[in-house]
Amino acid sequence: MPPDSPSAAAPAPDIAPSTPPGLIELFLAFAKMALAGFGGVLFWARRGIVEQHRWMTADEFNETYALCHFLPGPNIINLSFVFGSRFRGIAGGVAAFAGLVGPPAVIATILAALYMRFGEIDVLRRILAGVACAAVGMLMATVFRMMAPLVKRRDRVGLVLLAAVFVAIGLLRLPLAAVLLVAIPLSIAITFAMRRRVKA
Amino acid sequence: MNSDSNPIWTLAWTFGLMSLFAVGGGNAAIPEMQRVAVDVHHWMTDRQFADMFAISQMSPGPNVLIVTLIGYSVAGVVGALTATLAMCCPTAIFAYFVSRLLSRSSHSRWPAIIQAALVPLSIGLMSASGLILALTSDRTVTAALITVATAWLAFATRLNPFWMLLAGGCLGFAGLV
Repeated sequence: MPPDSPSAAAPAPDIAPSTPPGLIELFLAFAKMALAGFGGVLFWARRGIVEQHRWMTADEFNETYALCHFLPGPNIINLSFVFGSRFRGIAGGVAAFAGLVGPPAVIATILAALYMRFGEIDVLRRILAGVACAAVGMLMATVFRMMAPLVKRRDRVGLVLLAAVFVAIGLLRLPLAAVLLVAIPLSIAITFAMRRRVKA
Repeated sequence: MNSDSNPIWTLAWTFGLMSLFAVGGGNAAIPEMQRVAVDVHHWMTDRQFADMFAISQMSPGPNVLIVTLIGYSVAGVVGALTATLAMCCPTAIFAYFVSRLLSRSSHSRWPAIIQAALVPLSIGLMSASGLILALTSDRTVTAALITVATAWLAFATRLNPFWMLLAGGCLGFAGLV
């Protein structure tokens, strides 16, 4: 199982979707992706939607994913709602959303109950501490992967903005909303100004 | 009792608002979740928060379901449900409306500009997540080494993350962390 890679070319032929899925089909497909998708649902979402069911071409999938990636919130969850609603309106969105979030949330609730009950047992504490270390490493690898294109392009402005957010949130521990209400308009203004300068 | 004391409302309001500021997805909101759950409301210790992050990474489905664990620890099953829906619904509905809007006027260059402007911010948020979790998880040299080794393996190879988490758990079980 390779990790999620949004741009990996899918071998599926670019043909139009066969038949639009029904509500139950949407629910089941997304539930299956969510439960198979260990460590990243995206890989399984692409395989299910593009390759197995052929509900979307690879390009359509990339476009939809790009949209959900720049909007706030959990990307893949946004994608489920947008995707489902394309075929069956709001009800389709709800069916896909419920499939993606429902079963894993039930599992998470059971795990939470077990943790509250047994979380202080020594053996479990030690195991969780080890898993936590590895989980942090995985998160850092994702950060490096995302940062690599910025470093390669020598995108100084981007790297300064990145560092500023890191200091404000990670070191100064400022509230997220306050930081972003300053950082988002600033970053958009700078990006806009730089694109105009490049054009001129 | 004042109105702030109902934990269900606090969960709904906190995560509902947070979801709209989670630029770059669930992991970008980790520092804010930790700040709110540990520093502001004292729902849990920072060690328990790191545990919940680890559990959410191990369980199947979207990683953002760490909010389900936080919600459960605050107010049981109702808390878990509230936190999950509050974190997932507002942005899903927002995404639905934006996608409809964009499919009508698809020639605007603003989506590209906004996307380019948000990328560095979301990476900055995720770096902060890494720092905050590392500060609580990596308290010994071995622990830090596991993190560094996993980061390298996950960055440089296509090894399934499951094996890395399993290895971390085994080393922890052996009492090395």
